[in-house]
This record gives sequence, C-alpha cells and structure tokens, in this order.
Amino acid sequence: MNKKSLGQNLLRAPYVLWAALFVIVPLVIMGYYALTDANGVFSLSNFSDLGRYKKAFFLSLVYAFISTIITLLIAYPLAYFMTKCKPGAQRMIMILTMLPMWTNFLIRTYSWITILSNTGIINTLLGKIGIGPLPLINRPGTVILGMVYDFLPYMILPIYNVMSKIDFSLTEAAEDLGANKLRVISKVIFPLSLPGVISGITMVFVPSVSTFYISQKLGGNKTMLIGDMIEYLFNLGPDYYNVASAISMVLMAIILVSLFIMNRFSDDADGGVVI
Amino acid sequence: MKTLSRLYMALIILFLYAPIAVMIVFSFNSGSSVWVYEGFSFDWYAELIFNSEMLDAFKHTLIVAVLSAVISTVLGTAAAVGISTIKNKLAKSAIMSVTNIPMMNADIVTGVSLMLLFIFFGKMFGLAESLGFFTVLIAHITFNLPYVILSVLPKLKQTDPALLQAAMDLGCTPVKAFFKVMLPSISSGIFTGFIMAFTLSLDDFVISYFTCGHYQTLPIVIYNMTKRTVTPDTYALSTLIFISVFALLLLYNITLSRSEKKRGAQ
Repeated sequence: MNKKSLGQNLLRAPYVLWAALFVIVPLVIMGYYALTDANGVFSLSNFSDLGRYKKAFFLSLVYAFISTIITLLIAYPLAYFMTKCKPGAQRMIMILTMLPMWTNFLIRTYSWITILSNTGIINTLLGKIGIGPLPLINRPGTVILGMVYDFLPYMILPIYNVMSKIDFSLTEAAEDLGANKLRVISKVIFPLSLPGVISGITMVFVPSVSTFYISQKLGGNKTMLIGDMIEYLFNLGPDYYNVASAISMVLMAIILVSLFIMNRFSDDADGGVVI
Repeated sequence: MKTLSRLYMALIILFLYAPIAVMIVFSFNSGSSVWVYEGFSFDWYAELIFNSEMLDAFKHTLIVAVLSAVISTVLGTAAAVGISTIKNKLAKSAIMSVTNIPMMNADIVTGVSLMLLFIFFGKMFGLAESLGFFTVLIAHITFNLPYVILSVLPKLKQTDPALLQAAMDLGCTPVKAFFKVMLPSISSGIFTGFIMAFTLSLDDFVISYFTCGHYQTLPIVIYNMTKRTVTPDTYALSTLIFISVFALLLLYNITLSRSEKKRGAQ
C-alpha cells in the first residue's frame, strides 16, 4: 500500500511543482509589484491612484455585462432549437458553431471593419438604394457587437451540452399534467439548463471584461477598456509595471467575485465549469 | 414553428460566418487591400511562399502547439491519475482550485503575471533576453494543463478501480496494469484533452503576446499587421488554415458516426 501511494505521489508531483511555479508564484510576484513602487519600496500608492482608471473599469463592466446578456439571449433559443433537431443535424450545427473559433479571432474581428466601415459592404449596399452612409463603426455598439460575435460560441456550447442531456420525458410529464409550453420552459427546461447557462455566462463575461483588442479595432481607440489600459501600461516599460500590476489585481478580484456570485446560483456539486 | 426555428439557426450561422466569408473573398483580391475588392486572383496565395515572416510565425505556432499539447497531455494525464486517488478532501479541493485558476482567470492576467515571473527569473540569471521560445512554451503548457486534467478526470471516475486491482492480482506489475487496463479506458479523455490543448495553443493570442518576446507566433504577427495595414496574404493563409480544419472536423465527424454505427450494430 505504501509503495502504491508513493507511485501516486510521483505521478502528481511534477504537476504540483509546475502549478506552484507557474500559477501561484507569478500571481505572488504580480502582487509584489502591485504593492511596491518603482524602487521596490512597499507602497499602497498604486491602489490609491486607481481612481484615474475609474472610467475604464466602469466601461469594461458595462460593456461586458451588456454583451453577456445579449449573447445569452441569442444563444439560449439556438441551443433549445438545436436539441429539437435530428442527432446528425445537431452535430453538424455544433461543428458549424465551433469552426469559427479555429480562425484567428483577430482576423475575424478585423473583418468586421470591412463589413461595417463607411465604405464597407453594408454601407455600399445601402448607398445603392440611396441610404447612408450610416455610422456603423467606431461606436460603443460596435465594440459590443465584436464581443457578442467573438464569444457567442462560448455561450452556445455549454448551454447546448447541458440541454441535450435533459430527459425530455420530464417535459412530456409536465405537459401531461397540464402545463402550457411557456410554463414547461420556465419551470422545467430552464432550471435544468441552469448549470450550462451559468458556465456560459462566466465563459463570456471573463474574456469580455478583460479584452484588449476588440475595443481598439472596432471602437476606434476612443474607448479605453481595462484590458487596453493594462496592455498600454505594460508596453510603456518597467516603470509602469507596478501600477499595471495593481490594475491587473483588481481585474482579477472583479472576476473572482463575479465567479463566486455566479457559482452561488448553480447547485452544481463539483463547483467546476461545465464545458 | 419549425421553419421559424430553422430560420433563426440559419441567421446565427450567417452571423458567425459573415467575417469568415469576407476573409475568404478578400484572400482572392487582385488589389492589395482588404477593404476594396478589385478582382479575382490567386496572387496572394502565390505571394505567401515569399512571405518568410508569416511562414516563420506559422512554423513557430505549430511547434509550440505540438510541443505544448504533448507535454501538457503527458503531465496532465499523470496528474489526473495522481489526483483521482487523493483521499484527503481538503488537499484535493486545494489542488483543483489551483488547477482552475488559469482556466477561470482572464487571459491578460495570466499572461502578464507569467511575463513578470519570466522577467524576474531573467534578471536573476542575468539573461539578456528574458522572453522567447521557452517562455512561450511554458506559458502554453500552463494554460493547457487544466483542460487536459479536467477531460481525463471524469473518465477516471468512470473506471472501476477493481479492474486495476484485478490485473495486479493476476500478475501484472502496477506499471503494466496501468498501460494495459487504465490507459485504454481513459484514452478518449486523453484524446479530447490533447485536441483541446492543441487548438487552444494554436489560437492563443493574449498570453503569447506577453510571453513570446521575439519568438513571434502567427497571432502576434497578425496583430502587428493589424496595427499597420493588413494585406490579403494574411487572409490567404487563414483561409488555408480554415479549410484544413474544416476538412479535419468533417473527417472526425465521419469516423465518429461510423464508430457509432459499429457500436450500434454490436
């Protein structure tokens, strides 16, 4: 028995070391940077200066919140309709939703400029019937469109995964007992699909709140989100590592708190993400 | 209702593919812009062969993706086997929480914290260049590991531990029992983990951006290009990648339905 547990320890030892060195230590170092000034002296000034970035934090949260809601509203009916298809068709739609993720997301985002710009595809078509050009690019809505577009598959997949495992004899039972369609959805299907919804929300919210490319390309550099701020400051050089680390710590705290709140809603025993 | 739901699904698919359609169309542009379509040509595909910056970056991406997927699959599978037998609940949940960190955390925070670590080590060892091939590889392995572990663990849960015991009672060494009994029953989880790791690595931009230094992967080169001007050869390469992945997925789907049919027949 002792020999066996030694073997098990040997199996997980490399990973435990790896995780300690490349997951825990980097966060500790980031914390150290956040709590010191450029000379390595302890200071809280990085955090007290954060008020300057209030607007970026606020915008990031609002944009991420709106795009998560929109993504959910688009993905939920889609996942529901998918489960009503034949198995072969279901798998085909799954592949079709996953496939865009294998095309570089920078290019997919960049392509939207060709579609939406003043001389772009939509405005050229509108121009032919005498409308426009409509200001479709470099607006807050464009940034949200980019987020919804880029992260929509992350919402569809977990919801579909959970929904496709729902035993639909339950919905039949509900119907037999006199529930109408709306009631079946709100009382049976939605509660059962909740774990998928929760993991979908977290999988969309986290990248949305921390993105730094979408806003630069589709927002026309007018809107600095928190991710843009972190990237900008780190690129300025080592003098700015401290304040950038402090912003990153706060971003991480925001994400942890929202994950914690989301997990409270799901009674998933494992507490993990359903992928 | 049925036509309505079909229309809805078609609209979403259209939305998902609109930018990809634009990418494919403009990869055949005879002009040098990805904004104005001038005419059809294969010029940019031919041009690709001479774009050494992009081809090098593509090679780097593949090297990092293959190596990080292989290493994280081996490390992660071993870890999953080791973790599954932990009896102490507290220790188990501690390890699982740490495992979840790179997956739950924002990519930008993971990337930035790893960059700070590498710079710290670089200074400690007096290196002229802290970031490069090894740092981007380490970063990719780090964010791949949770996905491998979390795809192997459920398979281990489904495997009856008595099987392993039976194999050893019948004279297998623990190592042989693992390879003959355990490995076949968790192989689908290992495969899923490997594929996930490979594709995540292939597509990663944010974490590579902070950890790659001069060892530029394809997403980094594309990012730098979108800061200046994008020429259609970028779209040409991406179109080629898109088509290859599409073909692979179709092939996978076909083999999957075949094996399902076989299983159904048995």
